[in-house]
Parts: sequence; C-alpha cells; structure tokens
Amino acid sequence: MNAKKSPLSATVDIEAMLTRMAEELQGLLKRKPCMVGIHTGGVWVATRLHQRLGLKEPLGTLDISFYRDDFTRIGMNPQVEASHLPVNIDNRHVILVDDVLHTGRTIRAALNEIFDYGRPASVTLAALIVRDGRELPIEAQVVGTHMKLKKNQHVKLAGPDKLELKIQEVDE
Amino acid sequence: MTGDLQFDAQGRLRHFLTIEGLSRQTILEILDTAESFMTVGQRAIKKVPLLRGKTVVNLFFESSTRTRTTFEIAAKRLSADVINITPGISSTTKGETLLDTVQSLTAMHTDLFVVRHSLSGAAHLIAGHVPPHVHIINAGDGAHAHPTQAMLDVFTIRRYKKSFENLRVAIVGDILNSRVARSLIHALSILGVPEVRVIAPQTLMPTAIEKLGVHPYNDMHGGLEGADVVMMLRLQRERMRGALIPSEQEYFNLYGLTPDKLKAAKKDAIVMHPGPMNRGLEIDSTVADGPQSVILAQITNGIAVRMAIMALIMGGRKESAARKRRA
Repeated sequence: MNAKKSPLSATVDIEAMLTRMAEELQGLLKRKPCMVGIHTGGVWVATRLHQRLGLKEPLGTLDISFYRDDFTRIGMNPQVEASHLPVNIDNRHVILVDDVLHTGRTIRAALNEIFDYGRPASVTLAALIVRDGRELPIEAQVVGTHMKLKKNQHVKLAGPDKLELKIQEVDE
Repeated sequence: MTGDLQFDAQGRLRHFLTIEGLSRQTILEILDTAESFMTVGQRAIKKVPLLRGKTVVNLFFESSTRTRTTFEIAAKRLSADVINITPGISSTTKGETLLDTVQSLTAMHTDLFVVRHSLSGAAHLIAGHVPPHVHIINAGDGAHAHPTQAMLDVFTIRRYKKSFENLRVAIVGDILNSRVARSLIHALSILGVPEVRVIAPQTLMPTAIEKLGVHPYNDMHGGLEGADVVMMLRLQRERMRGALIPSEQEYFNLYGLTPDKLKAAKKDAIVMHPGPMNRGLEIDSTVADGPQSVILAQITNGIAVRMAIMALIMGGRKESAARKRRA
C-alpha cells in the first residue's frame, strides 16, 4: 500500500470555513444546543466551533470504535479514546461535528452511540469537508466545503494546533 | 505448556491462556483498551455493540462467584449472549468429558469459552481441540495460571501508581498453591517492574521461586519494607489439610496484614486482594476496609479488563498490527 501526500493548504482556507460554519450554526443557539465532536479530527473542528459560538457547557467527545460496523473484519483500534459526554443529552439539541463526511458509516456509529447515552431532541450534523462516496442516507446540515475526489483519494485533517487538509492517494 | 497456542498462524492473539509469551506491547494494548472500556459501566445504557450476536459460554468446573460474574457482565456489556454452565465433575472421566462437553457446545455454534478448571492445562487442552473460529479464555486452571486476574491486577497497579518503573511489589501468602501469584509475577516481569517480592512461610514457598526473578522473604516486616504495592493472597483453607501452617491464629499473627504490619510499606502503598477474603486470617478488616485498600476497585476494573480481552481476541485484525503482538 503506497500513500502519496500532498498539502491542500493553498486552495482552502480552513479558518474562513469555520467562521462560515459558526455563522450558520448561530440560528440554533436559541435552542441551547450542546456540541459533540467525533475523535480525532471532529474534536479539533468542534473545539473551534464551540469557541466561536461561545457555548458555555463543555464539549462532548465520542470515540466510535466500539460501534464500528467493521469490527469482525479489522478488529479493535488499539488507540481508543474514551467517549465523554459531560452533559445529559436527553431532550437536548445536539450539534454533532466531524471533520470529513464520506461514506456516512462513522455518523451512523456516532448516532447509535449517542442514543446509548440518552434521547436527544434533535441532532444536527456539521462537517468541515463533505465529499462524495456516501453509502448510507446521511447528509450534513452545516458544511465547510464540498469536495469531489477520486475513489482512491482520501482527505485527512491534520492538527490539532494548526489545522491542515491533506489528500492521500492510496493504491491497493 | 507455553503460550504458543494463543496465537494463530498470522500471530494474532486468538485465545487468552497464559501471560507467558505475551509481549509488553500486547499487555499494554490490553490495558489501554480496558481503560477506554471503563466509561461504559457509567453510562445510562451500559452496553456497546461489539459482540452482538456472539455466544459466550462460561464453563466453570470449579466454583467461583466473582470471576464468573465479572466475565458474564463483561460479555453482556459487549452485547454478547451468555450461557453459564457448571458441570459436575466425575473424577474418573475428567479428560474425556471435558472435551466432549466442549464439542457438544461447539456444535451449538458458540463463539467463546471462558474456562475454569481445577486441573492445570485444562484451557490449553480445549484450545488445542476447537475449530479456528472458537476462542478460549483461561479463567483459572489448577495452580497454573489465572491470566485475566493478573491483567486486572496490573491494570489496577497502573491506575494508582501510573507507571511500572521503580515499583516494589510484595505478594504475600500461599505462593505455593496460587495461580494468581504465578500469573502476576509473569505480568510484572514482562512490564519491567524492578522488584517483586514474595512473602510466605517456608512451607508455602515454592522451591526455586528465585528463578522467576522474585525475592523470597519469610518475614512480613522485611518483605513489606518500602513496598509500593501489597498483594495479599487468599489462604486456601481447602488445601491446608497437611501441616502447612501451624494454626490459623498463628498464621494471622505472623502473616495476617494488620495496620501495624502495613506500616513497614510506603505510606502511599496500595493493598490488593484477589478475593474472596478471609478476614482475620490473611487480612485484618481495618486494612481491608481502610484507605489504602483498592480491593473493590480491582473488581470494578476486572470488568473493563475482561471486556478488553474478549474484544481483542474476537475482533478481526489487520495483519500489520498483528505481527507486533508476539513476544
């Protein structure tokens, strides 16, 4: 498996994307939302949105490793971060944040995990990058940018201090 | 009885039979995974779906409440279905019935056996005779091994002492009959604990125990001096028919852990016990219920550790990661 990495920083301005996403999320503030980021990149994005929106409650984090649908094929990720939802999400409006929306399987797993903590009033999905390749009927309501990529291309967010997008080409 | 049977041809951990043969990396990987399972028990819904649709059989030929229950809870928190079987033992046909029992249960499409047996090697024997998709965990075999107990003990030590370097661990009591002590000594040594001491009367001290890299002591004061961790073993009354100890009262006087004896250890030393405890025999109630005791934490931790072991041996694995697991 060979991977080529090329930086994308020249073409995208992540800070501007985050600011625009935060503006779109402003409308939700009257419903007193709580925010949850998905490990690892989604937490980095969520931390910035959380700050821009000035949310008072602490950010929740999810590691969806225990909810993946490929456990019987590839097993456990040995570096599982603990999920931590510091607020009771029953009847709350949840803003779920991830870095890249691709197949939709991560979001499916994240929704299942959220429902093991309680019954939210609603879930809004915010994703920095929304690319093609959906395998489940899942869409983001708040989008940083849309990308069209080849099947063997993967977009990855690097962080956490300075966020940077990288496109990897994978030959299998 | 080596640990080779634990790995498949690709070096993936398939069974969990003994600590021997595991690499430091594999042990740390289990501890890290267990750490992430710790939060599951605190949720509103104490379940994750990893082993949904799998059938786990607790096959306990020897009685146990704590170990069997924590295995059952661990499997259920992973969404597996659990069956508990406590077969009676017919002394004449032990070997044969053991494999027959397992084969009938395998024919029912079960996926994992958690086995406890009074004979050393029972779990190994079964692991050598099951089809490739069936996994075995040793929950204690004779005086040989109790590897999941050792894992929960080192997990507990790491939670309180943060790292394994510079630790002095003292294991006290019936070293001779204890599979807990044996497995723990192996785990501590793989993890690089610099000083492990065993404290017991000479009659309960195995000969040539130094070969395992531990320091034997016959007196509590010397053995406990400066210890960071004090692991008390259960005095196995049922195996005390010979004249191994003079009397229970005298044993308590010499080796029972009292607040006074504990003073020899470090001020922040933790006191552990695998249970079930004989209060007033190997441990004084003041110590067992005291501020240095982490005995109840051991039980809570045991669930997360057993979840981690089940998840790691039953999940698939990418080959690259699997290779590094072998010692």
